[in-house]
Formats: sequence, C-alpha cells, structure tokens
Amino acid sequence: MGNKQTIFTDEQLDAYQDCTFFTRKEILRLHGRYHELAPHLVPMDYTNDPDCKLPLALIVNMPELKENPFRNRIVEAFSEDGAGNLSFNEFVDMFSVLSEMAPRELKAIYAFKIYDFNVDNYLCKEDLEKTLNKLTKEELTPEEVELVCEKTIEEADLDGDNKLSFTDFENMISRAPDFLSTFHIRI
Amino acid sequence: MEHSVSFSVNICEMDPDYENLGEDEPDEEPIFQDLRESAASTQRSPETLQMDIFRECTDSQSDGTPDTEQSDGTPDTEQPDGTPDTEQPDGTPDTEQPDGTPDTEQPDGTPDTEQRSSLQRHCWSAATQKVLSSMPSRTVGKSSTAVTSQHSSQLHQNQASPHGSAHSFRPVRDGLSKVDVKEISTEENKKERLVSSIRGLSLGEGIRKLRAMPLSLTDKMEIRRLAFSGIAGNTLLSRNIQCYSHLRAYILRMWRQCLFSCHIILSFLQLWHLPMKRLSGRFGTGVLSYFLFLQTLLHFNFLLLIITGLFVVFPQAINPPPLYDSHLNNLTGLELLMGTGYLSQSLMFYGYYTNTITKTCSTGESPVCKADRSQIVPYSMPAAYFLTIVIAFFITCIILVYSMSRSFGRSLQVLKSKGNLAVQVFCSWDFKVSKKSSVRLHCENISNRLKELLSETISGEDKKSCKQRLCRLIVRLLAWAACLASIFSGAIAVHHMSEAFIKRRSFSDTELLLLSAVVSGFNLLLPGFFNLCAWLEKRDSPNVRICVSIFRNLLLKVSIVGVLCYRWLWRIAGEPGHHGLKCWESFVGQELYRLLLIDFIFTVLYTFIGEFLWRLFSKRMLKRNRKPVFDIARNVLELIYGQTLTWLGLLFAPLLPAVQIIKLFVLFYMKKSSVMLNCQASRKPWRASQMSTLFIFILCFPSFLVAAVSVIYTFWKITPSSGCGPFRNLTTVFQSSKLLRQELEISHPALSWLTWLYSSLVENPLILFSTTGVFLMVIYFHNQVVDGQRQIIAQLEKQIENEGKDKKFLITKLQESSEQNNLVSPQ
Repeated sequence: MGNKQTIFTDEQLDAYQDCTFFTRKEILRLHGRYHELAPHLVPMDYTNDPDCKLPLALIVNMPELKENPFRNRIVEAFSEDGAGNLSFNEFVDMFSVLSEMAPRELKAIYAFKIYDFNVDNYLCKEDLEKTLNKLTKEELTPEEVELVCEKTIEEADLDGDNKLSFTDFENMISRAPDFLSTFHIRI
Repeated sequence: MEHSVSFSVNICEMDPDYENLGEDEPDEEPIFQDLRESAASTQRSPETLQMDIFRECTDSQSDGTPDTEQSDGTPDTEQPDGTPDTEQPDGTPDTEQPDGTPDTEQPDGTPDTEQRSSLQRHCWSAATQKVLSSMPSRTVGKSSTAVTSQHSSQLHQNQASPHGSAHSFRPVRDGLSKVDVKEISTEENKKERLVSSIRGLSLGEGIRKLRAMPLSLTDKMEIRRLAFSGIAGNTLLSRNIQCYSHLRAYILRMWRQCLFSCHIILSFLQLWHLPMKRLSGRFGTGVLSYFLFLQTLLHFNFLLLIITGLFVVFPQAINPPPLYDSHLNNLTGLELLMGTGYLSQSLMFYGYYTNTITKTCSTGESPVCKADRSQIVPYSMPAAYFLTIVIAFFITCIILVYSMSRSFGRSLQVLKSKGNLAVQVFCSWDFKVSKKSSVRLHCENISNRLKELLSETISGEDKKSCKQRLCRLIVRLLAWAACLASIFSGAIAVHHMSEAFIKRRSFSDTELLLLSAVVSGFNLLLPGFFNLCAWLEKRDSPNVRICVSIFRNLLLKVSIVGVLCYRWLWRIAGEPGHHGLKCWESFVGQELYRLLLIDFIFTVLYTFIGEFLWRLFSKRMLKRNRKPVFDIARNVLELIYGQTLTWLGLLFAPLLPAVQIIKLFVLFYMKKSSVMLNCQASRKPWRASQMSTLFIFILCFPSFLVAAVSVIYTFWKITPSSGCGPFRNLTTVFQSSKLLRQELEISHPALSWLTWLYSSLVENPLILFSTTGVFLMVIYFHNQVVDGQRQIIAQLEKQIENEGKDKKFLITKLQESSEQNNLVSPQ
C-alpha cells in the first residue's frame, strides 16, 4: 500500500476487517479517535494487545455521543464489565454495530440491550419510563408517560406477560423500516 | 392437590439459584446441594429462603393480601417426612419451621424481585410467580442470542473468578468445582457450536455470519482464528487442511491489499464523508437523504462518462476529422452557454463524430502496414457509438433495478401494524443528530408526535362535522384543479412557443435562449405554487402531504419533458431539411446542453434569492425567528429532471455526463452552505427509508424509462442526418451493426462465430420474446411465493396471540387452584 503503519500488525488488521464492518483505513482512523480521547493512556502500538480501558466519562464526551440521551447506556451495553469502560476492541465493536452496514438483527439485539436499563433481559415498565423521559427530556406529564408506557406494552407484547421480551421487541422493529437508518452513528 | 402444591413449593426452592443453570434440572441436584450449602454466608434452609422471597413480595406489594395467606400456607405444606416428590429430591431436610429472621439478601436477588414486582400487578401469588419464572421459555431465553454476549464474556472466565459480572445471575462460586466444570463445558460447547457453524460455509458466507454474531470483538476474533485457520493436528489430513486454509487466507490477504492500493477510487467514493456527517448531525436523516441521492447520481454519471469516454470520445479524439469551418476557432462566453460555434464542432456534440472505420496495425513497429489484413485492427466508429450507447443504458438499467429492489426489500413492511406508538418510542430517535439545538428540536418533535398519537388513540377518529369535511373536500378539489391547470398551461405555453419558432424557421440565439429560459422558469416557479396549494389544503398526515407534493412535481416534470421530446424527436427530427438544419442531432444536443446550463443558473439564482434573501427578509421585516425548511421533495425532483435530460442527451452529446458531473459537484457545495446558513431542521418527521426507495423508483420508472424509450425510438425509426455524425448515409442506426458484421467477416473470418452469435441472438425477435416471457414467469412465481409467505406470517401472528391467551388462562387457573388449596388446608 505504500505507507507503513506500526499501530497494528497485518494479521490484526485482517482480523478486524473480518470481524467488523470497517475497512483497514477506518480501523486506523478509529484508533486515532480512541487515542485522542486520552493520549497519555492509550498506547500508539497495539501489536502486543495492550490492556487499556477508557472510562465511561471520556467516551461519552465524544462529539458523536455527547448530546445523545442514551449515551451512557450505549457505552455500557458494549462494555464487558457493564460499567462503561471500553477497551479498543469494544470501542470498535460499538461503532461497527452502529455503522450502516450492520444487519437489522444485530442492531436489534444491541438496541434491546441499550433500552434495557435494569439489565434483566426484559423491557419492563420502568425501562420504558426511563426511555421516554430521556427521549422527550421530560416534556410529557407523568400521566402521559404512564399512558404511553401502557399503550406501548399493549401494542408490542405478544405473549402477554406485560413486559417486552426480545422476541416482542424484534417483532416490533420489523414493522419499522426506518430503524436501520435511525439506529446509525457516522464516525 | 397436595402434589400440585408441593410441586410449587419445590419449584420455589429451586428457583433463585436456578436461573442460569440451564434446562436440564435433574442433573443439577447434587450441584444444587453444594450451592445451597455454600451460598451466602449464612446457612439457609429452603424455608428461610422462601421467607426472604415472601418478605420481598410483601414489601414490594402494596396490599399484600394474597401473600399473608401464602406465608402461612406454603411452609405448612412441607411435611417433615417429605412427600415423595418425584420431580425433585429434597435438598436439605425440612425440619425447621420458618422463624422469619430476615436474612441477608440472596446474591442475585435484585433481578428476581424486579421480575416479580412487575408480575405482581395482577396479584399473582408467589407460588404462581415461581412457576412463571421457571417456565422453559424464560430459562431457554437466557441462552438465546440476546444474552450470548454475556455468556461469551464468561468464556474467558474459565478459572475461578469468584464473582460474576454485575449483571450475571451467577451465585458465589467458591469451591464449586463441579459447577465450574459444568459451566466451562457448556461454554466450550457453545464455542464449538459457533465455530462449527462457520467452518462449514464458504469464506464469504462465513465472514458475513461471523460479523452478524452478537459477540464481543475479542470472542469473534477467537472464533475466527479457530474456524478459518484450522486446529493444529498431527495427522496428515489435518495438516493438509491447515495448509489449504493458510493458502486461502494468504490469497485473501493479497487480494485485499491489491484492492486497497487503488485507494484513489475508494477516496472518491467516500468523497463527502465529513460534510455529510456534519449535515446529518445538524439536520438528521431527512436532509441527508437528498445529499446521498446527489452522490448516487454523481456515481452514475461518472460511470457513464467512463464508458463513453473510453469507447467513443477517446478514439475519435485520436483521429480527428477534417474541420468544416475554420473561422470557428475562438470560444466566446455566449457560445459556451449556447453550445454553438466552436463547441458545435468539438467532441461535445454528435456532429463531430465520423462514420469511418479507422484501421490500425497490430504490429506497431513497421510504419507501413502490410497488406496482410489479419494484422489490421479495425475500429468502426459507428458501431462503437451504437454499441456504447446501448451497453451504457443496459448497465445503468441493471444497476437501477438492483438498487431499487434492495432498497425496496429493506423498507418493506410485511407485518400488519397494530399501532404506531411502540415504533415511535423505540425507533424514532435519530442517533446521527449530534448538535445540541438539533437534539433539543428532535426531542420536541418526538414529544409532539407522541402527544398526537396519544390523543388519537384516546379520542379515536378525529370527528369532524359534515360541513367541515365538505369544506375540506372542496378546498382539496380546488387545489388539485389549480395545480393541474397550471401544469397544463405551462406545457401548452412551451409547446406553442416551440411551434412558433419552428414555423418561423428562425433559430436565432435569443429565441433559443428564451425557450430554455421559459422551460426552466416553469420548473422553478410552479413548485412554489404547489407548496402554496399544499399549505392551503392543510392535510393532517405528513406522509400524504409529501407524497402529494412529489406527485405534483413529478407530473410537471414529465409533461415538460414530454413536450420537449415531441419537439425534438417528432418535429425537428421528422423533417430536418424543412428547418434548414444541416445536423439536427447536434442541434438537439445543443438544446439539451443549454437546458442543463440554464437550469443550473436558475437554481443558483433561486438558492441565493429564494433562500438567502428570504431568510434575511423574514428576519428583518417579518421579524420571524424561524428559518425556512429545506424542501426535500422539490430538490430531489430537480435532480431527477437533470438526470433525465442527461440520459436523453447521451446519444446526441456524448460528453454531457461531464457537464452534469461538474453541475452536481458545484450544486453539492452550494446546497450544503445554503442549508447550513438558511435552513433549520424540519418539525415534521421524515420517513427516510421509504422516501429513498421512492426516489430510486422515480429515477428508474418515469425518468430512465422515458430516456430509454426515446433512444430506442431514435435508433429504430428516425433517419440520421446525412451530412454529419457517425450514422450518416444510413437509413436507420441499426444498420451500423450490419456494416460492422460485414467488415468483420471480410477482415477477420476467424471471428465469424461472433457475428453469427449476434445475428441469431440479438437480432432474432423470437429469442427476445422468449427471454422476456421467461422473466415474466419468474417474476410471477416469486410474487406468488411472497403472497404465500405473507399468509403464513399472518397465521403465525394469530397463533402467537392465541398462545399468549392460553398462557394467561393457565396461569389464572393455576393461581385459583393454589388459592383453593391454601384455603382448603389452613394451618
């Protein structure tokens, strides 16, 4: 290719390309973004797989995520420890799933995780209330919020347990053709 | 009765630690015993465990009436000797009676209580809840893809890391070697299963499947390493397999490096990455779709330019024909605009191209070609021109149909929509929006939309009085009548003007410019009039409004293009000598070139006056703070109109795609700055994916179809002009292919099979008809399959509903029976 980069080995870049929806150039660009979040913490040389995690507070300051009401949940959903500390692999994974080439099923799985605030694998009423409050920045009255939650569960709950399991959620997503274009962050 | 109660009791005992240990309950008994003994710090008997649960139940429930019954009832049913429970042997002997000391919380208490508290809305007893939470669908769901990543993160925790992650339901594992082994083996099984599912597929399929797995990146890399490089083994066979996989991986890597070395093309494809990102951050997906569409059109034109440039323009540029008029060597500004003068005898237009067959020697060294004809490579200009146009259109058609079907497939709504509220809550947030003010606006939009939907569902249909509805209907009819009348009058005006000029047989510069200006003027002003009508109509649903607006704009463009085609292909081409034109194709090409340029100039003026000055005016004079909204429908149809003209003009002016490319380039930057400065994000939601499908559909069907039909008509029926162009002295353009065939037969008899193939396949109408018939049958078959699948989906939906009802029914029956038991056997 001409320009030799020393951040990753060729095998590592190939592995990244096969496992994500990014090209080599984009992976290198992502590494640049990751590095500039904490230049003193993130090493420039990733050939030895260094164990470096950035805390939640740094990641949600990225311009793409800063104003997003779900930024904390997004980062938590992709972190292994659930607290929002992302290694570079998890960072790439997050943007790969949120890129425009990720298939609908994959996006639905992670969207479900993001909206599941109490991490019990169900979207119960409390989860819905929190989602709504974040969506509307508390412009709806509590009665309206209650009503919307009830109606949402009524509409989407297929097996009648008054909360949305992943199957219910996926079924509802399939009725929304815009989901693929809205659940997308450009990086 | 007793059995059923004790069953519920035993399920109670099993429950809290059971969530993650899989479906095979009987195997877990000895492990379960260990767990029970070592769980938490205190020695807990099942009864105390139960009491905790009951306490939590009573705490979280406000009335608590069923629970008080339960807390008395359930422990009493445990007999000291133990009823012979076949499902589950008792772990610890149930000798103690519950004291009710509030023990420490179970390590994984939180998710259970939340689960239970949401079910308690229906006042189900704790026993019923235990049954519910250990239903197979709940426990199987733990190992579904939705939580595969949780499990996979534990793929790495093979060694005893005592505490699970924050959201695992794992109990404390000190000294639980049996549990470890069990869990490690289940995880290993999962990993093996994933790896084997990939290994069996081809490389491309495997990579696609790997990418779509919801695992963490580290796990995916692990699986990739195992699946694609093979497991090292000692046998010859496994070594061979390993060798082959290595070779395959090596070839793949070489190919990828080659691909990425031509990064010029790639950087062109990602040309406007950063500007698009800024736009989507501020305006969301709606405005972005316009700019994406612009980029798509740019790619199309680039492809057309490459094809015509390589096969038509370049060969002719190497062998220039003798010039007609030597005094037309200087290029003035007006001529650049009009396309006359110097340009009319340049590569730009049809008239420049010769009908010669240039012969080049294949042996380049000797200056004199041998008389041996087999070494001569003929390049027939007419045939090249004809075939290039045909192939360019064919490729464009295929690409359009492919992108349209892909876009349509993505936006298809197969299942019936019961309501929109859930979709609005979960799918309406646009994650691309990143600017603070836009985010605030987006939140407002969503809350307004939710309020609207709520009020619709509460109050039902918007009840209007008869009088209001009649009024509305009249207004709508009037608006439609006005729009149709304006379109009709515009078309008639252009037609009359054209006829007047033709009758006068004068083709002076001013008149031609006037015609183009009138056409562009109508294209510019009438959409504003349509917007006014739409504002008067006051439709409720934004979708319908957008569709109506698009339809009206489309009608306008189609009628104008129709009138112009009539002028060119019927009137001018029909009797060229009648109008004193030596080369009518060049003339038509010049008209198209002029139209494109004047359209562009008018767009620039409109952007400046209409958007920039209007914003200043409304801010200063009208004192309104709101900026105008970017009219996506109108701008997209402008683009489609320009592209139609380019396709129409490809035959008459082969370099027209270059003009269109320059125009699109400048338009992108101009519109981008205009949008950033003058417009604000729309308050109405924009159905992005359906609109993109609609745009591609309009590009394919009216636009491309009109162009293709005109070109076919030109090739088939119209006599080319005899004084210029590559098809002079032929009755129809199709004859050029015959000429090529004859030439090939003479010079290269070895290639006669090619000509035979051509004559039997392409020129034979029977083959074309049968191919079309086969395609139609395939389409019909697929349509039937889709219909059948839709019916099956409806049936399955109904089944799921019925299952849900069944489940509710059984649960209430269970609840009733357990209540009856507790009443029957009090203590």
